[in-house]
Amino acid sequence: MPQPDREPDLADREPAPEGQPPYLTVRDLNVRFRTEDGVVRAVNGVSFSVAPGRTLGIVGESGSGKSVTGLAVLGLHDPRRTEVAGEILVDGRNIVGLGESQVRRLRGRSVAMVFQDPLSALHPYYPVGRQIAEAYRVHHRSASRADARAQAVRMLGRVGIPQPERRADRYPHEFSGGMRQRVMIAMALVNDPALLVADEPTTALDVTVQAQILDLLADLQAEFHTAIVLITHDLGVVSQVADDVLVMYGGRAVEQGSVAQVLRDPQHPYTWGLLASVPTLRGDPDADLTPISGSPPSMIHLPDGCAFHPRCRYADRTGGRSATEVPPLLPTGEPGHLVACHLSTVDREALRGTAIGAQV
Amino acid sequence: MSTDPPNAVPLLAVQGLAKHFPVREGFGSRILRAVDGVDFEVRAGETLGLVGESGCGKTTTGRMLVRLLEPTAGRIRFDGRDITHLRGRALRPLRRELQIIFQDPYSSLNPRHTVGKIIAIPLQANGIRPPGGIRNRVRELLEIVGLNPEHYNRYPHEFSGGQRQRVGIARALAVQPRLVVADEPVSALDVSIQAQVVNLLRGLQRDLGLGFVFIAHDLAVVRHLSHRVAVMYLGKIVETGARADIYQRPQHPYTRALLSAVPDIERSREDRGRIRLEGDVASPLEAVSGCPFRSRCWKARDRCAVEEPALVAREGREQLVACHFPEPAPAVSTEEVRGEPVAG
Repeated sequence: MPQPDREPDLADREPAPEGQPPYLTVRDLNVRFRTEDGVVRAVNGVSFSVAPGRTLGIVGESGSGKSVTGLAVLGLHDPRRTEVAGEILVDGRNIVGLGESQVRRLRGRSVAMVFQDPLSALHPYYPVGRQIAEAYRVHHRSASRADARAQAVRMLGRVGIPQPERRADRYPHEFSGGMRQRVMIAMALVNDPALLVADEPTTALDVTVQAQILDLLADLQAEFHTAIVLITHDLGVVSQVADDVLVMYGGRAVEQGSVAQVLRDPQHPYTWGLLASVPTLRGDPDADLTPISGSPPSMIHLPDGCAFHPRCRYADRTGGRSATEVPPLLPTGEPGHLVACHLSTVDREALRGTAIGAQV
Repeated sequence: MSTDPPNAVPLLAVQGLAKHFPVREGFGSRILRAVDGVDFEVRAGETLGLVGESGCGKTTTGRMLVRLLEPTAGRIRFDGRDITHLRGRALRPLRRELQIIFQDPYSSLNPRHTVGKIIAIPLQANGIRPPGGIRNRVRELLEIVGLNPEHYNRYPHEFSGGQRQRVGIARALAVQPRLVVADEPVSALDVSIQAQVVNLLRGLQRDLGLGFVFIAHDLAVVRHLSHRVAVMYLGKIVETGARADIYQRPQHPYTRALLSAVPDIERSREDRGRIRLEGDVASPLEAVSGCPFRSRCWKARDRCAVEEPALVAREGREQLVACHFPEPAPAVSTEEVRGEPVAG
């Protein structure tokens, strides 16, 4: 597999506010699973970085490798079945290859997570306050039970749960979906982590509650200066909360850059396809949507060359290269904006208008 | 799509439909009012979008329409005939005219049957003998929904989620129904696949003249599929009208908040212009006095707590609103009007 030049990715990225160095830097991440059916090549050479106070949105469909990337950052893959290669630098320290006990010391303290389904992530048998207090005591050994409980109540109040003192003694099933996700966020943030990985945190929620949770995450980020990796399939959510975007397809980054670059000036045909296929509240409601033909690839038998080429309308314009050669992730000309596509810049400019139509 | 089909007799007419579930709690029991008196009509060839958040009663309504649930009160008429309490043998002929598509393409297909058999069963069960034989009809149906007719003998697990949903649609179409209730048919699908199925449903509306009750939480999807829209909240319809009215001139504060909460690619992080609703939907277990939405409504006043607003038309339009203090008629923003024909 040709190795794209990684340097421009990190060097050309527009500097984070206050010029802070990234808290999380991932370089050439590869994740593979051995299964009965063969080796699943879930992530194939992905690189990105997130600075404190910034949010990176990782976008993709099911099987794109976005969640596997998130789990790798958290060190949650089972080393017996998973092969993780590359570098995951958390505050400058590579966690790839670290032992479980060392990763565990980071997890929850420096790096925390919020999942899609809080009901399965919370223990049904214990009151939520106790679970949050426990998460606090794992990393604050000297804290008394009363201190830990006070922290839990404070956090519950901070995430907008009314009467936190009383609600701390309630069980997860006694909360609504939105309130439960607030509990998850309280638990994730009780140790004031520098990095939060949120995997589809609002997908199971109703839109009005989703809006509340996204606002809450933004408020907490402003307050605690957390670096956030937000994994989602929803481009609208990314547009509203992320600073930077990484579009994944077939385990690879196909496009990367700031929200403005990727969503307003998209360069990859897959990104065009995503933007054109999403129904919106604007535009002509009587016009058919423009779907991407076919379906996402099998991660065991990834197509040769560009993984997207069997679904790409423009694959025939690359002189056959799209079926044989993996396109490297290269700068588009805009600082920090990278795209992995064999189409020439001229072709892309010409095709893009018709590909996304009036949507952008 | 913007003009109403001329047919005057409603294909489906629903009046005062309600479903209350008893919920055991400790020593007693309480009543969960999942659907609490809804009225609507669907004309032949028309699609009514039923939208709302979880627990609003939209799915329960859909299941009552196809007689999978027994209504507690109210009346359902199909083509002028009362079908509210049809059961057993009397239900059979109705099944040929009224079908349902489910949300989950994984659990709604029998994994032990080939897709050919799955689609053939409704034909056999209804004693339908298509001219060219059942096998040919099934192949034809597979083609209509964009699947390869050669895949007749494959099993559901050999198909992707989007393809399975197409099988579910082919099964619903097999008996040539006049009305299809589609309950979140695209929400389990990936975005790129979702657009394929939305287009398929739009084609079926156009080509087969089917009536649809399209149940969904996604307002953008509903906008692309519905002629008229009914917005539900806590078991009641709070606003209903033509698509253009609901999306461009929403009058109920809840409709406005819902539209405003939809994440929009064109809106950036800095833009906080949307309406923030406080709190969650109230529990359908609590008997609410007055307006069901008042606990989250920024406009609520004393009157809203005591008097339940009726679903009524304002200014002689076809748009009905259940609110004491509805929004004035002008469009929410000029941007949302752009690109949509203004309905007269």
